[in-house]
Amino acid sequence: MSDVAICVDGLSKRFSIHSKHESYQTLRDTLSNAALQPFRALKSRGSENGDESGDSETIWALKNVSFEVKPGEVVGLIGRNGAGKSTLLKILGRVTEPTEGFAKICGRVGSLLEVGVGFHFELSGRENIFLNGAILGMKRIDIKRRFDEIVSFAEIDKFIDTPVKHYSSGMYLRLAFAVAAHLEPDILLVDEVLAVGDAAFQKKCIGKMEEVAGEGRTVLFVSHNMAAVQALCTRGIFLHNGSVFTDSTAGASISAYLRQLEQSVSQDLQERSDRRGRGEIRLAGIEISTGINDHAQTLATGRPAMFAFYLTGMRPRTSCIFTIYDDFGQPLATFNSAVRGPDDSQDSALNNALICHLDELPLVPGRYRVNVAVSADGELQDHLEGAAFFEVEQGAMRGRPVIKGKGYGRICLQHHWQSPSS
Amino acid sequence: MATESASNGLKSKSDPQVIFIKPSKSWVSLNLRSLWEYRELLYFLTWRDIKVRYKQTVLGAAWAILQPLTTMLIFSLFFGRLVKVPSDGIPYPLFAFAALVPWTFFANGLNQSSNSLVSSANLLKKVYFPRLTIPLATVLAGVVDFVLAFAVLLLLMAFYRVIPTVNIIWTPLLLALAFVTSLGVGLWMSALNVRYRDVRYVVPFLVQIWLFATPIAYPSSLLSEPWRTIYGLNPMVGVVEGFRWALLGAKTAPGLMVLASALASLLILITGAYYFRHMEKTFADVV
Repeated sequence: MSDVAICVDGLSKRFSIHSKHESYQTLRDTLSNAALQPFRALKSRGSENGDESGDSETIWALKNVSFEVKPGEVVGLIGRNGAGKSTLLKILGRVTEPTEGFAKICGRVGSLLEVGVGFHFELSGRENIFLNGAILGMKRIDIKRRFDEIVSFAEIDKFIDTPVKHYSSGMYLRLAFAVAAHLEPDILLVDEVLAVGDAAFQKKCIGKMEEVAGEGRTVLFVSHNMAAVQALCTRGIFLHNGSVFTDSTAGASISAYLRQLEQSVSQDLQERSDRRGRGEIRLAGIEISTGINDHAQTLATGRPAMFAFYLTGMRPRTSCIFTIYDDFGQPLATFNSAVRGPDDSQDSALNNALICHLDELPLVPGRYRVNVAVSADGELQDHLEGAAFFEVEQGAMRGRPVIKGKGYGRICLQHHWQSPSS
Repeated sequence: MATESASNGLKSKSDPQVIFIKPSKSWVSLNLRSLWEYRELLYFLTWRDIKVRYKQTVLGAAWAILQPLTTMLIFSLFFGRLVKVPSDGIPYPLFAFAALVPWTFFANGLNQSSNSLVSSANLLKKVYFPRLTIPLATVLAGVVDFVLAFAVLLLLMAFYRVIPTVNIIWTPLLLALAFVTSLGVGLWMSALNVRYRDVRYVVPFLVQIWLFATPIAYPSSLLSEPWRTIYGLNPMVGVVEGFRWALLGAKTAPGLMVLASALASLLILITGAYYFRHMEKTFADVV
């Protein structure tokens, strides 16, 4: 065995923005572009103010990325949306080619960019195990040998000959992950597959990942779940705008990432480019305040809180989902405006904002981060990680003081005690 | 793809393969070796296509027979009965059906392989494997349909009391010719389809024109000799006339014609495969 499992040297990947947004073109576009080309050349010569329109149509998803991974290392790849994490995995998984640079991989590679790739809904569980195994690069005899293990891991013994379309989503995911988990490659590339499924499933996946890591295999692991990265990885690489920003221990890279997220908040939201979604509707600003009278900025435990999301291009049936994370990157609560309650109200004076009110903020004192997603008619329009940060001061929950830094957990629930009279 | 697996000679388990990843030059080799390494995947994809093809249909595999059979009935009615197209002395229904069986194999293979890459977009974006397996598997899966339709053709021959000649041994080669043509055009179309979705609309149209440009409803004997061989440059001409000759004992052996067809189809296959490999590196980004 050589002393390097993955060697990445100066890897870069350029996308043309055109091909990223509008993935395929029609022949007509190409022909009309070709026909207009001479005129465009004339025009640009005419204007002569040297705008580099040619350059602005491409973006570098990865820029000069270099690192080495030793056999047996478990490396977490972290970074914001569009930082290049998935692109890097795709290049290493040979799904796409780099534009520049070089990579060398020693060993059998298993890439798990998604679970259940190539599953066919009409086929039974048994058939899909063989099909999916073959797609992931397993030999038929290996699949046969591990078949029983896969089935029992997925806990679908009774349904093994039922078409997958009749499976519940949980069963489907378990089966898909089970096949992938039995790949036995020397090097495993994993992209955010743990972000799906229920808690029990996630626990099982993380357990399996720990097992794989424990066997001395090399793992490259992309995740937004900082707790999982912290728990599983010996090393963390923080990618920022397509380059390696920090390459250190998992803990150091996570804190560098979280620090970076905070810095970007001072930036105007509208100027941020690390977004996902269609982009017809954009999050333009967030106001987090107590929401009463003076709109005091400082939130406190047990006091009212207001989260206002100002949008551009808002239209009917626009909804907003936001999630509050603690400073370890652990999600605490999610709020979804599309799910209606009896206390929801409509205000004709509001035409470009969605506002969420909390009567009593149940968070213990500390620092929190908010991720926001905006959708309309079921399509993701905008998604921003670290869209805002806020501080919660010491307060009281219905008169019961909540003190900073005491005890476990980040949430305080309204409660009362009963005790014998003394 | 710019990847070569260099496993130096002896391939023991303790000697892990080394993969190099770098931007590729503009034209790349066919890399048939990696296709061979992934032969099990090819097998599973073909098997999937066969299994899934007639799922949730009422008539199931009967479709494989119904398609050429109905076309044969329509042709017999209009061209055989009404227009009275000559059929080289063979009963017209048999004359048309012997051509429609390989034609249906070709046309379905072309249709399905053209859309194969786009409908496997998710695979292309997530997993590495030689992309050639996808269109190859779809055309291969059509062989099952062909066998079913061919059985019906034999029944029809028995009905008309036509006894096949010894030349029937050539049918596998003629099927291979139809296969090569279907795959060759399918490779071109599937690779183009990834970039230009116009192909979706072009292919049915192309198949329709090609149907009439091939002597299915009429015999190629309508043409006199130098032209007849030149006509063979349409590879399906050789296939169709070859089938009639091998099974129904049409008088003249279409040797030169089939040779022209074989050369033309090989040219399409080789250029198609190189074009496919050339475009392959952009599939995952563009599809």
